Amino acid sequence: MTRWWRTLKLSVKSLLLHPLRSALTVLGIFIGVAGVIWLLSIGEGIGRAAEQQIASLGATNIIVRTIKPTADEVQDGGYGLTRDDYVRLLATVPTIDKAIPIREVTREFRFATRKLEGRCVGCTPDYAEVTRLTVDRGRFISDADLINDRNYCVLAAEVADRLFPYEDPLGKDILVDEYFFTVVGVCKPRAPTSGVGGSLAAEDFSHDVYIPITTMERRMGDMEVVTKPGQFQRDLKELSQITAQVSNRELVMPTAEVIRDTIARYHTMADYGITVPMELLQQAQTTRLMFMLFLGLIAAVSLVVGGIGIMNIMLATVTERTREIGIRRALGAKRRDITQQFLAESVVLSVVGGVLGIVGGLLCRPLSVLARSLLEKWFPEQMAVLPQLVREVEPMLVSWSIPLAFAISVIVGVAFGVYPAVRAARLDPIEALRHE
Amino acid sequence: MSAVATLAASIRDLRKDYVLSGETVHALRGVSFDVPEGDYISIMGPSGSGKSTLLNLLGCLDRPTAGSYFLGGEDVARMNDDQLSETRATRIGFVFQSFNLLPALTVVENIEMPLYYSGGISASARERCIELARLVGLGQRLDHRPAQLSGGQQQRVAIARSLVNNPRFMLADEPTGNLDSATTEEILDLLGRLNGEGRTIILVTHETEVAARTARTIMLRDGIVQFDERRTAP
Repeated sequence: MTRWWRTLKLSVKSLLLHPLRSALTVLGIFIGVAGVIWLLSIGEGIGRAAEQQIASLGATNIIVRTIKPTADEVQDGGYGLTRDDYVRLLATVPTIDKAIPIREVTREFRFATRKLEGRCVGCTPDYAEVTRLTVDRGRFISDADLINDRNYCVLAAEVADRLFPYEDPLGKDILVDEYFFTVVGVCKPRAPTSGVGGSLAAEDFSHDVYIPITTMERRMGDMEVVTKPGQFQRDLKELSQITAQVSNRELVMPTAEVIRDTIARYHTMADYGITVPMELLQQAQTTRLMFMLFLGLIAAVSLVVGGIGIMNIMLATVTERTREIGIRRALGAKRRDITQQFLAESVVLSVVGGVLGIVGGLLCRPLSVLARSLLEKWFPEQMAVLPQLVREVEPMLVSWSIPLAFAISVIVGVAFGVYPAVRAARLDPIEALRHE
Repeated sequence: MSAVATLAASIRDLRKDYVLSGETVHALRGVSFDVPEGDYISIMGPSGSGKSTLLNLLGCLDRPTAGSYFLGGEDVARMNDDQLSETRATRIGFVFQSFNLLPALTVVENIEMPLYYSGGISASARERCIELARLVGLGQRLDHRPAQLSGGQQQRVAIARSLVNNPRFMLADEPTGNLDSATTEEILDLLGRLNGEGRTIILVTHETEVAARTARTIMLRDGIVQFDERRTAP
């Protein structure tokens, strides 16, 4: 104990004889260790953000969505998912817990003199639960509404704010096409999802009005006619989307397979796409792992460079202190004593670098927030062009990165210190004493 | 009392060969002599006579090519590196021509340094070192660094350092070689006093005035003993 303490004191003393040199060597390790922690944190932050996005789609959901095929493929019979598809899926795939048919059309909503263009979504009562929509006031569509084809609607938060800035929307009637729909509920605001790949595009829920899908079929039909100046477009489709939910995560992949086969049998055109958030989640996790490996590699390289710095300095020190080594050997130091002395110095350098690096690593989050706000202040245009992920990434400290970084710094100190130390110990005492 | 018991050291037919750029140099070609306890020996000889080589062997810094060297009954020639280090740490006091103090350490720390390697460091070690510094007349300069001391003072620190493990056997390699005549006198007085306390001292010198202060002179030439002259009994 006291012996180690003495060796430690001695090495600190020797290192302080060349403060600048020691500080620069420490800097090399500092950068390496802080780099490990920073890169892992940023990797984790990006990965978490992507996973959250995907998880918001529902990890146990399987989303089948109508895609408009190329113009010459579309026949008069229309395209896309059909009500029959929905019924078939429910009837033939036992692992499906819930499934919702969804049809989305663009409509203008009016109340008194106010109007707003938005998305009219025909759906069933399960829609709220499966897509994680929460009702703020009133209620969502009920089974009774569905059976009775009621002209009831539920408004997205922003629609309610825009159409009813002063009054309570509940119980009021809004006009869609030539029909009045009574407002029975208002939803809480919901963040838009960004496109995650597959057949799923980014979705904005702020201008949604939800009505029973049976009502939609009866009042609006399956045909959409879009007339714009110089353009006449006819669109015949029964459903925009079917979202199926299974009871647990293990069932997602096999169920997705069965759904794929079932739908494929009745569709000759490529008029639908299947998105499995779970699949994307797994992909995202793989990507994240690759990403972290890659960042780890970069950090490892910088640590090796730091280690080479230590070795370099220690070799110089050994040469410079040859005479001291000779004196110590002549006065009774064993080879082991000399090895320990020089090894202690390199380990002290690397551990100091490691500890400072960990402190630097802990500052990752506040510093990156600061850096981002400064950048946004000074270069707003350039920042606006950057991808959202880069602009909004929140570094997440990975807890195991701290012991890892510390262990690595100790290992680097030992690994790159052994050779100089052994070289010092191997010096012939007589030769070393003669050294000027 | 047998004769062996009173011997501090005994060397028999000591040989040392070096290979220098492919050529074998015979630095020592069979040197034998006994060192009784409490002896005070000067080794003289022209350069290249092998006196440095002999001193390195006596100081356990090196092993002979052939022959034996008994230090207190143990054959040093058969020791491994660790045992040699231990012998240097506990049984031999070294004084060098160029003092060989560590410039970064203070007077006390320099004196204390060999204790790290002899395992002799303890709570009272610091006091003992201060005591030794007083003994060599440097009680007022404990916290000075070697660069702040004169040559004679540095050599006195070196002597105090060589005494810290209380060795019975002291080796000095031209201890006055870098000193003026007044300081030489001081150092020789100090060494004489230590010899008077019963310590065995062997010093290498090329000055006959220094050799004259010792009890016995061994003259080396071409790696063999030319003459071994005793002036006073040990």
